[in-house]
Amino acid sequence: MDLLDWVLLVARVVIVFFALLIVVMVLIWFERKVVADMQTRVGPMRAGPRGVLITLADGVKLFFKEGITPTNADRPVYAIAPILAMFPAFLAFAVIPFGTHVHVFGRDVPFQLADINIGILWVLAMASPNVYGIVLAGWSSGSNYPLLGSVRSSAQMISYEVGMGLSLVAVLMYSGHLSMTAIVDQQAGVFHLLGLGWLPFPRWNFVPQFPAFVVYLICSLAETNRPPFDLAEAETELVAGFHTEYSGIKFAMFYLGEYVNTVTVAAIAVTLFLGGWRGPAYPAVIHWFWPLLWFLLKLVLVMYVYVLIRATLPRMRYDRLMSFGWKVLIPFGLVWVLATGAVVVLPEVYGRRAVLVGAAAILGTVLLVSSLPALFTAGKKEQVRS
Amino acid sequence: MPDYFQSYAVVLAVAVAGAALVAVAFTAGRLIAPKRPLPSKLTTYECGIDPVGKGWAQSQVRYYIYGFLFVIFDVESVFLFPWARVFVKLGWAAVWEMGIFIGILAAGLLYAWKKDVLKWA
Repeated sequence: MDLLDWVLLVARVVIVFFALLIVVMVLIWFERKVVADMQTRVGPMRAGPRGVLITLADGVKLFFKEGITPTNADRPVYAIAPILAMFPAFLAFAVIPFGTHVHVFGRDVPFQLADINIGILWVLAMASPNVYGIVLAGWSSGSNYPLLGSVRSSAQMISYEVGMGLSLVAVLMYSGHLSMTAIVDQQAGVFHLLGLGWLPFPRWNFVPQFPAFVVYLICSLAETNRPPFDLAEAETELVAGFHTEYSGIKFAMFYLGEYVNTVTVAAIAVTLFLGGWRGPAYPAVIHWFWPLLWFLLKLVLVMYVYVLIRATLPRMRYDRLMSFGWKVLIPFGLVWVLATGAVVVLPEVYGRRAVLVGAAAILGTVLLVSSLPALFTAGKKEQVRS
Repeated sequence: MPDYFQSYAVVLAVAVAGAALVAVAFTAGRLIAPKRPLPSKLTTYECGIDPVGKGWAQSQVRYYIYGFLFVIFDVESVFLFPWARVFVKLGWAAVWEMGIFIGILAAGLLYAWKKDVLKWA
């Protein structure tokens, strides 16, 4: 590696870092606009054209706010917690491939920061330290509401992390690779739904692994503390949960971390289940642009689903949330891992495998969807009795 | 393997960029933000009335039990990942063996379920 390589490396990191920040800013605006639309409001309108700069304005405002550290707080931990909540999200994004590569200065520069060969494990490893940020924030505030919020969310996040891990194991078994690039490559080409010749479809993992996809989507909402699973900051019960005492820059860190995390889990969903940067059409001009566009379109689609869920569902009851995680998602994840194993090792006879995979996906989906109402109705009888 | 180390060098660079963002934000905050601490401003928030106690309340022991269960299933997924990478080469035997392993753990989960550990009350 000579100097040019190092310069390109640093430039890549800096560009992707800022691009991620800009994507986060636009997505916060997007979310506010969509939610406003669903509530027949106009949403932010003042800062920039149609309010697109609202996040920047909010960020600048937070810089000018006084950062208060309560006397009860454990000062060093109180300062470290927001950093811990934000930092790992950026690192998790480092392994996401968001395009092919571009040819500059005689070098091929990939549209991915680091192709680590343990991709999925890295993602899981970087998803967990987020819990520390929230627990330490609640504990070090020296206040009741933050403590309750952080204890709640720690139990919630570790429970759903198990479900998320199981859904990722199923994808890993199906594709046979840990590296993100290899998983995107595995999703190249076309296959025939249920082995029928007239029903072609891109070979994206969300079709054969649809149950795992649903499990992943639910778990990613719970992992990022997004509505309807935002019990850590349920304002009707806990003021603002773990960040009640935070203000100024430190609060901005939590806010940024939460949204970078959301973008990262959405990008992981795109990469593992929706074919990554692959799309049906690449026009012959500007080769590097179309994969990037496909990736962004899919990212916006996943984010839109998240926002729709936020805008339509009320916040879950905590006991239902926990019992859904442990009594539905985890047992289902275990069964699905074994089912995927059986489907993958069955001898590859032409046509049979496709039918088998399809049947497993349909059966799994029916099973999972039929257990979804438990999230809304579990424990209703007891409530009536008491 | 130059590629191997290079990819981790990139991860390190991302970490540095993140650290730089944090450093810039905190320095800027220190420089621009006003700082006028008052005793009443520095109390913790309890809906506007004076806070009672130190704020380190006792909480349900149930959270602790969930912590235990999490460790069990997280360690299980540590076993699952390497297995999932290579099980195709090992064939049916590997699937059966993992089935037995998962079965034992699932029995543990069923036991916890039966004992009403998973019930929030």
